[in-house]
Amino acid sequence: MPENSPTPPAAPAAEQPAPSALMAAVLARLGALVIEHHADYGDDRIHVARENIVEVCRALRDTPELAFDLCLDVTAVDYFGNPDGFRTPTRIWDENRGEWRIRPQSRHQIVPPPRGSEPRFAVVYHLFSTRHLHRLRIKTRVPEDDPVIATVSDVWPAANWLERETWDLYGIRFSGHRDLRRIYLYDEFVGHPLRKDYAKQHEQPIEEFTGPGAKEPRRPEIEHAGAIAKIADRSR
Amino acid sequence: MPEPLPKSPTAAAEPPARRREELTLGGDIDPALHAPPMRLQFGPSHPATHGTVRITLDLDGEQIVAADVQVGYLHRGFEKECESGYYYQNIPYTDRLNYSSPILCNTAYCMAVEKLLGIKTPERCDYIRVIGCELSRMADHMLCVGSSAMELAAFTPFLYLLEARELVLDQIDALCGARVTTNAIRIGGVIADLPEGFRDFSRVKLDRAIQLVDDAHKILTDNIVFRRRMEGTGYISPQDLIAYGVTGPMLRAGGVALDLRRTQSYLVYPELDFDVPVGEHSDNFDRYLVRMEEVRQSRRMIAQCLERIPAGPVNVDDPRVRWPGKNQVFGRMEELIDQFKLVTEGGVFPPGEVYFALEATNGELGFYLVSDGTGKPYKCRVRSPSFSNMSPLGHALIGRQLADVVPTFGMTNMIGGECDR
Repeated sequence: MPENSPTPPAAPAAEQPAPSALMAAVLARLGALVIEHHADYGDDRIHVARENIVEVCRALRDTPELAFDLCLDVTAVDYFGNPDGFRTPTRIWDENRGEWRIRPQSRHQIVPPPRGSEPRFAVVYHLFSTRHLHRLRIKTRVPEDDPVIATVSDVWPAANWLERETWDLYGIRFSGHRDLRRIYLYDEFVGHPLRKDYAKQHEQPIEEFTGPGAKEPRRPEIEHAGAIAKIADRSR
Repeated sequence: MPEPLPKSPTAAAEPPARRREELTLGGDIDPALHAPPMRLQFGPSHPATHGTVRITLDLDGEQIVAADVQVGYLHRGFEKECESGYYYQNIPYTDRLNYSSPILCNTAYCMAVEKLLGIKTPERCDYIRVIGCELSRMADHMLCVGSSAMELAAFTPFLYLLEARELVLDQIDALCGARVTTNAIRIGGVIADLPEGFRDFSRVKLDRAIQLVDDAHKILTDNIVFRRRMEGTGYISPQDLIAYGVTGPMLRAGGVALDLRRTQSYLVYPELDFDVPVGEHSDNFDRYLVRMEEVRQSRRMIAQCLERIPAGPVNVDDPRVRWPGKNQVFGRMEELIDQFKLVTEGGVFPPGEVYFALEATNGELGFYLVSDGTGKPYKCRVRSPSFSNMSPLGHALIGRQLADVVPTFGMTNMIGGECDR
């Protein structure tokens, strides 16, 4: 930047490359169901509304030229406090160096932005086609006060366990899922640990096993009374 | 030379030719033989399974009526832990994902981070990574087949294959200084160049290891007990394999030739000459054969890599990830500042999200990274092949015999660290 210039130069506009052949086919098939699409880092990605997720997944699986038959992954992202998904411009003009720099540079400089209007969670699906060998990522936003989305385990049975895991760790409920239990943690666990507001060092007491074959529950007060009685016997 | 033992008079006689149906009690079983339904807890720590998993089985006699597979006994919050460490600090955690082939996990993670940064690694680095990956794959397959055979009471091939695995681990030791928790790959490079004389060292060790694998192959493949336990058991149709998200040797044993080393060009695999073994019956025996053949193919790849490996640097010269050498850090101010900033802030990463996957031992191992622009990943998701490969197990066991659980689980090769994360 020249020294006397009153305003920094405009940030270089991100060039919009032409959509790939896969993305063109997806857009032609789904049309208005796709809210937006990106190809950052070479990964094709579409955003859809959560009401349409089952319809979109069925269309992607059943269209012969797409044929997404392998559901690789279902997971979620918790954009806690950054609900726009870090898409706000993070470039600032560095007067000392005379160049654009990415902000924030380190975690110490983070100022939490005000919470935007976009929903807090994103459910992410990774798909693969064993016939055409292409990949696609679907993102869907799910709000914090109503974290429910329809299940796709009827489309791909692979989503059954993956959705159970997402429910276990993020607390996103999949309506219509036949077997929505926790998969990693025990049933008595309180909270969902991969949410950003679950502290990393937060500990929970391990529940005693109460199923068949369990030992008699420990009664500390009785053991304590017994020990005192023994001491009293010995001293007598 | 001691006198030969006298021959038993009955040994020479042929056993009476009995039809197979008589031996196996085929045909209609008397309904009175049915036992009352039984609930059996198989695991979480069972001597006939290598892995901590609980399978709740409902049995009718020896037939499985319902099965519920419960994983998660080794869950330790890998993803939560990764969110609080810098990118470079998470590499040792990835060793603990699949602890029998850790270099593959290191490579997948580092290549995902490199994709985020847009780094192209030097060619010599790619060759060393392929050598490490294929050595890891050999060790993992040897451990899988050996322990599965031991669970079917075949103890000798277990010892053979474990000795072969030790020979492979010797080479990994020479590569990075550790046998199991390797921590061998860096973002933008590898921990060290190949040691001097590695080519001859590797050839000697691999020749001996392949000899042992061949011996185990001879013992197992023609063994009637082994074949009867493996052939036809654990069948999952290829359509179900794809629907349940199964990848890797299990899918290839079902006749689907999907191998990311072939279909997705990464590292130097497009330049190497190797075959992708494919089964046709989709049963446990084909899974075993595919794994044994992949060991040989890995050895072919390593030999080619050692022939063709070019000279040059093994680390990318990119100041965002490459730490300056200690001689510069102690003598120059700029390098000292660079080192300080990299260690304390983890570097600068662009915001965005990437997914990178490679062909690990059990299938597609993928990392999905979400970056918020700081030195720590906002989210680090592992697409673990063991988890997806385990999900059709309950479905595959229904209607089968109780004894089929052991070979089916063994050939699934569930690794607890990777499945439960």
